[in-house]
Amino acid sequence: MPTVSMTVNGKPVSAEVEPRTLLVQFLREHLRLTGTHVGCDTSQCGACVVHVDGVAMKSCTTFAWQVEGCHVTTIEGLAKDGKLHPMQEAFREHHGLQCGFCTPGMIMAAVEMVYRKGHDLDEKTIREELDGNLCRCTGYHNIVKAIHAGARAMRDSAGA
Amino acid sequence: MYAFDFHRPTTLRQAVSLLAKSEDAKLLAGGHSLIPVMKLRLASPRTLIDLSQIQELTGVELKGRSLVIGAMTRHRDVANSPIVQEAMPGLAAVPASIGDPHVRNRGTIGGSIANNDPNADYPAACLGLGATIITNKRKIPADEFFTGLFETALEPDEIITKVSFPITRKCAYEKFKHPASGFALVGVFVAKRGSEVRVAVTGAGASGVFRVPSFEEALKKRFAPKSLEGLSISPEGLASDIHASAEYRAHLVGVMARRATAKAVAYG
Amino acid sequence: MTGTGIGAAVRRKEDLRFITGRGHYTDDISRPGQAYACFLRSPHAHARIRSIDTSAAANLPGVLAVLTGAELQADKIGNLICGWMIHSKDGSPMKMAPHPALAVGKVCYVGDPVAVVVAETLPQAKDAAEKIVVDYEVLPAVADPAKAKEGPQIHEVAPRNTIYEWALGDKAATDAAFASARHVTRLDIVNNRLAPNALEPRAAIGEYDAGSDSFTLWNTTQNPHVARLVISAFVGLAPEHKLRVIAPDVGGGFGSKIFIYPEEVVALWASKRVGRPVKWTCDRSEAFLADAHGRDHVTHAEMAFDDKGKIVGLRVHTIANLGAYMSTFSSSIPTYLYATLLSGQYAIPHIYCEVDAVYTNTVPVDAYRGAGRPEATFVVERLVEVGARELGIDPPELRRRNFIKSFPHQTPVIMTYDAGDYEASLRKALEIADYKNFPKRKRESARRGKLRGIGFSTYIEACGIAPSQAVGSLGAGVGLWESAEVRVNPTGSVEVLTGSHSHGQGHETTFAQLVSDRLGIPIENVSVIHGDTDKVQFGMGTYGSRSGAVGMSAIAKALDKVEAKAKKVASHLLEAAEGDIEFKDGKFIVSGTDKSATWADVALHAYIAHKFSGQELEPGLKEGAFYDPTNFTFPAGCHICEVEVDPDTGEVTIVGWTAVDDFGVVINPMIVEGQVHGGIAQGVGQALLEHAVYNSDGQLVTGSLMDYAMPRAGNLPSYKVDMTVTRCPSNPLGVKGCGEAGAIAAPAAVINAVTDAVGVEDIPMPATPQAVWSAIRSRAQPRQAA
Repeated sequence: MPTVSMTVNGKPVSAEVEPRTLLVQFLREHLRLTGTHVGCDTSQCGACVVHVDGVAMKSCTTFAWQVEGCHVTTIEGLAKDGKLHPMQEAFREHHGLQCGFCTPGMIMAAVEMVYRKGHDLDEKTIREELDGNLCRCTGYHNIVKAIHAGARAMRDSAGA
Repeated sequence: MYAFDFHRPTTLRQAVSLLAKSEDAKLLAGGHSLIPVMKLRLASPRTLIDLSQIQELTGVELKGRSLVIGAMTRHRDVANSPIVQEAMPGLAAVPASIGDPHVRNRGTIGGSIANNDPNADYPAACLGLGATIITNKRKIPADEFFTGLFETALEPDEIITKVSFPITRKCAYEKFKHPASGFALVGVFVAKRGSEVRVAVTGAGASGVFRVPSFEEALKKRFAPKSLEGLSISPEGLASDIHASAEYRAHLVGVMARRATAKAVAYG
Repeated sequence: MTGTGIGAAVRRKEDLRFITGRGHYTDDISRPGQAYACFLRSPHAHARIRSIDTSAAANLPGVLAVLTGAELQADKIGNLICGWMIHSKDGSPMKMAPHPALAVGKVCYVGDPVAVVVAETLPQAKDAAEKIVVDYEVLPAVADPAKAKEGPQIHEVAPRNTIYEWALGDKAATDAAFASARHVTRLDIVNNRLAPNALEPRAAIGEYDAGSDSFTLWNTTQNPHVARLVISAFVGLAPEHKLRVIAPDVGGGFGSKIFIYPEEVVALWASKRVGRPVKWTCDRSEAFLADAHGRDHVTHAEMAFDDKGKIVGLRVHTIANLGAYMSTFSSSIPTYLYATLLSGQYAIPHIYCEVDAVYTNTVPVDAYRGAGRPEATFVVERLVEVGARELGIDPPELRRRNFIKSFPHQTPVIMTYDAGDYEASLRKALEIADYKNFPKRKRESARRGKLRGIGFSTYIEACGIAPSQAVGSLGAGVGLWESAEVRVNPTGSVEVLTGSHSHGQGHETTFAQLVSDRLGIPIENVSVIHGDTDKVQFGMGTYGSRSGAVGMSAIAKALDKVEAKAKKVASHLLEAAEGDIEFKDGKFIVSGTDKSATWADVALHAYIAHKFSGQELEPGLKEGAFYDPTNFTFPAGCHICEVEVDPDTGEVTIVGWTAVDDFGVVINPMIVEGQVHGGIAQGVGQALLEHAVYNSDGQLVTGSLMDYAMPRAGNLPSYKVDMTVTRCPSNPLGVKGCGEAGAIAAPAAVINAVTDAVGVEDIPMPATPQAVWSAIRSRAQPRQAA
């Protein structure tokens, strides 16, 4: 079995895995980072979104060996030094989650949305950019509000 | 998923030689079509050859009167490329319409056209612009490349390296999204370059992407949405499913063609 | 409202673990030595099983067991059951066919589990499942409920595939009302079949402990106690006291996780067979085949009006598809949760409804968010809207004329509405939606080539399910009360154990708000514990918007007892008569004095028991309660949907949504609004996007998210949500329930709006672009011909 090595949430990790091991399986089963979820099998729900070198990816549609040597950030790695990421705070403040299952992928997608589209996101942009993330609970209303606020808070916290 | 082996060549030459000597091998580009079907056990390659480490397959450049895009260039990078946006905003809109942001972060132009999904977007752009698909062995005109459902002119040992688009300011893509998958239920790419007009349709054909000569003739006379008014295509030979009958698809081809033409006029 | 008491928009206590990826869903749990299960499912909708050869599969590496219905029978594992008895008009009981957890002799739908492989790894289990050879004799199949009675008979017990032919109401009186009516509006309605698609797929881990001869099941369930009861008492897998069911964090349910499914039974059973914990996690595509679907009604409905636009009668005939087997609560959904709501918000003197429930070769159909009430609302609100158009009366005005205005109101279909003010919610909604300027907006849309429409839905639902005696008389196999236990610790912090189960509703917050409000202690000092049969003695779970009205009422009742006991302790502590002790703002005060004790003091003294003798007062401070409601609750409201239709493509864009709901007393408005948002989204999904489609051979055409269209952010608008309040008189908190309202109200509002925009009587759900385009064409063609 090949060995894969990468940095996950700032820590170097290395393991022997079967080639067919998906990144999400590697995270959940080998590293026991179960915050990244699997909600579908056709790459559409986005519950599995993680960042690979700062880019949002569906970890259910990526083999672990494809991110060899990369920096992977999962929902567990978003808070720094015991302080929640502004986007995490925004989801809580604006009730952007109910059952919580889509939430990790949603938050990771939202953070990357800000990387790509900036801090001033209008509703239309947020809704379009959420095309890859399904939520069955919230009707998206509060997720949109949370991302709008979280995007601005990311600027404020970056400037602080 | 069934078990497989993989290779990550760093040069095209390595990739070609691996492809030649591996039995039942598949090339892995963005993986967003291949990996899901492998997960569902609908595809079972014994070997995957990952093209992502081959630098020479990535990038966008202007070459004379052509825009050349490396096969492994991701949708996100084509959509956001200032070169593409400047030279052919109508083409930049194609990868921008594919899937969702995470898919666009991974998907590639080469993967899209090699797969030739009948509902994929890039094939319409290639056919609509009269692109040339460049492989390790030859140059294939788009008109000869897309041969059927998930079928192309590619030979088993052939790898797409680049796609060359003749620069055409007056071009646009209009897509009616499949409500579930986000693929094109109907997508129409319209382009006018000199006296040549092309209208290419994806999503609608029962056997993949196709051109619409009657629309092209009408637009040659005058390149304006009005020229297409009253024109329609026959539902015969079009795809039909729970989301869209052949008749509805035929209708949408007309609507999307008019809208694409209006956009192309605005760009041009 | 600030603070953390009732009415405050308290941020959720449960969120921290979800936003940091530290929730514990069933699939996140790994048991030492766990093996993995994969089910082989029928590829045929209807077939006899001639033989099953598992030998090749059993010999593959890693395979621990390959089990079929034969082993299930050998171990005397009982069938799954439907727990609500319905009788036909002729008095005969419903025809419940045997439903084994693994097929015995025949398969009845695509996805029917035929065998299970348990292996060291999931890929090994999947590899082995492919090697099982099943010899099928394929039989003709029927999937369309309208054709079921004429289709091939699926079960021996049910000739003409008919489970029951049930009726409610006075037929003769209703017919007479129609005979003398001035106008009759008629509609044929298909309430489209839906796949619930909670984002967390179902999962189960079964574990058998040989040392104690007991089982543990971790399961994605909305009601762990009911699961335990059914698996013990009916399936007979283990005695109730030897089975622990744990429902950890559950990622959405919407009804689909109420039911007891074959897979969890098999995982438990197999764990004893192989002597290892057995884990099963559903794939999404598998979920489309195996999770109970919702809705699927074919209805003809007629509404009779007098010359003043008053409704004088309603006549409904519905064929309800229950699928291939009767799921846990399936029989009650198209009967007592449907026909009893057909009076809507209106004073209708005569209603008669017939429901024929049928078997088809499709996955079972059971409760899905709203469960019967969306179907009823759709019938009533479509008829009222179409009736208004036919009569030339403004739709809100026609509704107003027919609203029930005094309470309690006895409908002709069992329910007694206890409180409401339908005029108030309509008025407020019309204002927020700026109805009076709609014509202006319509003209503006027309200038852009778009068709604009507006649609109303003044819905009612029956929630707070339900008074046990009442439902018992209607055939329910269980009581529908709820239990609670309030444990006060010596330091004054509190644990609430509840039989309700949260899978997104935020109970850990709202239930804690109630405790904080009543005891005057910080919300941080309250924990809510649920979802574990070893911790909570019994409970009926969460569905039917019952957790507030029933679950919290049980907590309130337990809190009454805690307060009474605490006062006794305080009287000893403060050396005052018990009758002189007041409890206010978290303090015990001796009336008319400045003597007082804090909550924490009293809690401590309850446990150290130094101030009273054990003969006069038991030490400790812990009380339990069972609360059985006196009536259903009746949330109601008005939703207004405004759409724009692109006439070229038929595409519908929702450009405005107003919801004004009356949920009675609101505990946490932030959470309530969130529930409304989510409900609307599912209702819009049903109206515009979602449809679980079987072809005539019984193959599921929409078998993945590539074909089944789920609402995405871009399909939906932002909603304007507001409320009116009439206190519910039927429970101590005055609450009504809010979980299903949006899904109940929304479909009719959308279809009323789209048909208004297009100018046609009806467009079937889902009103896809193609359906709307066809409607536009059907409207346009006669004009062209003229």
